[in-house]
Amino acid sequence: MGAFESILLTVITAATPLLLAAIGELVVERSGVLNLGVEGMMIVGAVMGFAGAQATGSPYLGAVFALLSGMGMALLFGFLTLHLVANQVATGLALTLLGLGLSGMIGEAFVGQPGIRLTGIEIPVLSDLPLVGRLLFGQDVLVYLSLALVAGVSYVLFRTRAGLIIRAVGDNHASAHALGVSVLKVRYLAVLFGGACAGLAGGYLSLVYTPQWVEGMTAGRGWIALALVVFATWRPLRVLAGAYLFGAVGILQFHAQAHGVAIPSQFMSALPYVATIAVLVIISRNRILTRVNTPACLGRPFVPDR
Amino acid sequence: MKKLFGIALAAALGLGMASAQAEDKLKVGFIYVGPIGDHGWSYQHNQGRLAIEAAFGDKVETTYIENVSEGPDAERAIERLARDGAGLIFTTSFGFMNPTLKVAKKFPDVKFEHATGYKRADNVSTYSARFYEGRYIIGQIAAKMSKTGTAGYIGSFPIPEVVRGINSFMLGAQSVNPDFKIKVVWVNSWYDPGKEADAAKALLDQGADVISQHTDSPAPLQVAEERGAVGFGQASDMIKFAPNAQLTAIVDDWSVYYVNRVQAALDGTWKSEDIWGGLAKDMVLMAPFTNLPEDIANEAAAMTDKIRSGEFHPFTGPIFKQNGEVAVEDGIILDDGALLGMNWYVKGIDDQLPQ
Amino acid sequence: MRLELEKRPERSTLMALLSPVIAIALTLVTGAVLFAALGQNPAVALYMFFIDPLTASWSLQELVVKATPLILIGVGLAVCFLSNTWNIGAEGQFTAGALAGSMLPILLPGFESFLTLPLMLLMGIAGGMLWGGIPAFLKVRFGTNEILTSLMLVYISQLLLDWLVRGPWRDPEGFNFPESRVFSDAATLPALADGRMHVGAIFAVIAVLALSVVLLKTLKGFEIRVLGQAPRAGRFAGFSRNKIIVFAFLLSGGLAGLAGISEVSGSVNQLTPVISPGYGFTAIIVAFLGRLNPIGIFFSGFLLALSYLGGEAAQVTLGISDKTTRVFQGLLLFYVLACDTLILYRIRFTRPGVSAKGA
Repeated sequence: MGAFESILLTVITAATPLLLAAIGELVVERSGVLNLGVEGMMIVGAVMGFAGAQATGSPYLGAVFALLSGMGMALLFGFLTLHLVANQVATGLALTLLGLGLSGMIGEAFVGQPGIRLTGIEIPVLSDLPLVGRLLFGQDVLVYLSLALVAGVSYVLFRTRAGLIIRAVGDNHASAHALGVSVLKVRYLAVLFGGACAGLAGGYLSLVYTPQWVEGMTAGRGWIALALVVFATWRPLRVLAGAYLFGAVGILQFHAQAHGVAIPSQFMSALPYVATIAVLVIISRNRILTRVNTPACLGRPFVPDR
Repeated sequence: MKKLFGIALAAALGLGMASAQAEDKLKVGFIYVGPIGDHGWSYQHNQGRLAIEAAFGDKVETTYIENVSEGPDAERAIERLARDGAGLIFTTSFGFMNPTLKVAKKFPDVKFEHATGYKRADNVSTYSARFYEGRYIIGQIAAKMSKTGTAGYIGSFPIPEVVRGINSFMLGAQSVNPDFKIKVVWVNSWYDPGKEADAAKALLDQGADVISQHTDSPAPLQVAEERGAVGFGQASDMIKFAPNAQLTAIVDDWSVYYVNRVQAALDGTWKSEDIWGGLAKDMVLMAPFTNLPEDIANEAAAMTDKIRSGEFHPFTGPIFKQNGEVAVEDGIILDDGALLGMNWYVKGIDDQLPQ
Repeated sequence: MRLELEKRPERSTLMALLSPVIAIALTLVTGAVLFAALGQNPAVALYMFFIDPLTASWSLQELVVKATPLILIGVGLAVCFLSNTWNIGAEGQFTAGALAGSMLPILLPGFESFLTLPLMLLMGIAGGMLWGGIPAFLKVRFGTNEILTSLMLVYISQLLLDWLVRGPWRDPEGFNFPESRVFSDAATLPALADGRMHVGAIFAVIAVLALSVVLLKTLKGFEIRVLGQAPRAGRFAGFSRNKIIVFAFLLSGGLAGLAGISEVSGSVNQLTPVISPGYGFTAIIVAFLGRLNPIGIFFSGFLLALSYLGGEAAQVTLGISDKTTRVFQGLLLFYVLACDTLILYRIRFTRPGVSAKGA
């Protein structure tokens, strides 16, 4: 295995949880809802994914558990913010608080237990191809799923009627409502989709990335996923690029260190954040582009007038 | 207004509560910096607390507060334990040093024990473990097992404790292979499984085939297991996570120390001390030597005995600094003060320490 | 059965007062069930959470200490959120303020005079304003999304702090441990009573009162609200969106910086790698919980501080874990947020089929 190839493999692993969570949140925000509780849904997904795999013996069922538990958390968020029009920012933050506590309670019994790894698939011949074999044909299903989700979300959002409706709801809920669209229903579905993705992202951590459970193991990845959505100006392909860029910067700083680059490690750790700001400034100079993509009703509650 | 009312209320109720709490049982309190579910530092201290409960049964009562941030919350949490009637309080992270001293001043009758610090008072002891003794042993094993002659070392933060470990590891490795190389990566976290795994992968990709870590999660060992490399457990025996990759582990075992100190407090013989124990005091344990050829395992066991008996000290001169300057003269053993504040690397380490 | 909201013709004053009461009642009931399920006596557990911290002078003072930064930051954030400016990075401004203010006692430890503290406080405010000014500048100049930049700056400030206390600002007598020197008495905010309550609490009260007046009685307050709720109308009125963004960020940054230096000077007395248990983020919840009203934030700051202190009390005396506390806090917040809906809306249950489909 060449060094370059194995670095790429590492980057894929680092990027996938970010990508999964961010692509879900992108749909949520496109529908006009800002759910800051990604970290909370993710950590519950991580513990439930671990628990599911332990209980059933199958990491795949674990991933399903992770997905469903993320949806459960999202449902709670949806009920509060959509049905009861509670403030989305505060509810999202509270959801994170709840998720961190809840996952710790559920996970108490799992501390110190090795998890069950969801391994990569093996395709005869193809997986053993030189150079690209492992990279293209030896990943785990969640990696392929994350890529498929990007393609799917991109297609649905911009090429289908369903996507048009989601964007319409996010851009102008009053007109969408006037056209007979059920704003609440669309937003519920989007929020649930976001929860499923965040849960799965958490499951990726406890099933693939590091098959174990420790409290707070998401370590802020939910926040990075949120940042990625804005970074990508709500475009799926840019989320993909952003997630891999973020993953790569994180990995490369370790390589630089191991090479003996004598820069304080704090500066290295700050690099992804500085880079984000820099890229963001460059992107946002093109104001038309940003404005076109920003969901105009982001974070605004909607209550149908009767 | 609210405050005034509250203070009046407090005067009426608070005093009554305090006097009602006098009991014969010794209450032992613990402050943990992380969740007890971290399976690392705080987890091991909590195992020590459980050992106290097992040893003394009804004679003591233990309480703890976990996840106490090392900032403004620390003093309050410690004071809470003192006010709750704890007679002996263990504050188990370096960042609790000054808060512990502040509270100790207010409660002269309560005994305090602060882990890994250097400031003491009449009712404040300090204690720490000589993990570097174990690091010398694993350094030797690493040099013997490595085919590439390079080990990867995952550091948390560049503090003396960690630097000392890296030096000890390197001295051990150099005693086997003078040209041994070590690559150091700092992750700026005590436990972040994802980052630790990333660092381990980067190190393996750069030619290391043995991984040593001074971070708490088993993630690097899991990576080693998956990639067919080897490594060492940290804080606890992590063999379950890497049955084929863990060679041994440096185990933080606080139970013997905690039980002794509680006994001393019960007997009335407790006094303020600075205890820095290692293998000899059973504060550092080596997990079974596994996945090793028999001769290497035997040599490691022999070295463990030599350090335990005091026959050998890892920091025995001659030791040179990175620039070739003599750090420890031939035949001299570095004193504890120099060990405590160590902020220089031994010769042969490529990394640079932030000064 | 379906749940539907019906907008009230006007804001219900009764509900505005009643909703926190309902929320707390619901929390108590849920909490009782939760604690009973964990095998605890619900009455004792709830007592520990909500009453015990109020029964002793020291813990009342601790309550003030804990609430002070939350309120200081919260009222600043309220101005941001009211004007539709999304400052998520108060935690970073808090850290920057603490860093700037600590320069004096750390780099010039010999400078001990009556000027030391005022200078530290001013530098702290300036540091917070500077850190808050960055996202404001980027927003105004380039249109860069401020949620993201302010959040990224949090991590950067924390790493900067980490680097300083492990490197250049390390205590020279501290055996290379990651802590700055301890501040001298001249650089320590004086205590207000026998415990840890310090002068910072007075700053919080002043901030609450001052911003109440500004928001409710002045043109500036009107401008903030108009631009927040109806940006177009604001433009017609000649208000500048850019100016208000800069104003909101500088104000909230300055207050967060003040909170930072007050906390470091009054409570921690030195710089350490961690100086905040997430005050800047918790203050966001505090701001919304207080309905973005300074007086409301005053109370919500205390409510949140109480839940932290109560959580510790419950942990020590009953062994209720820290995780349970966080779940409980989450529930409390959910109930308060949900009940606030009642102020503007009436809840109706309708049968499916009977309810009129949207227009």
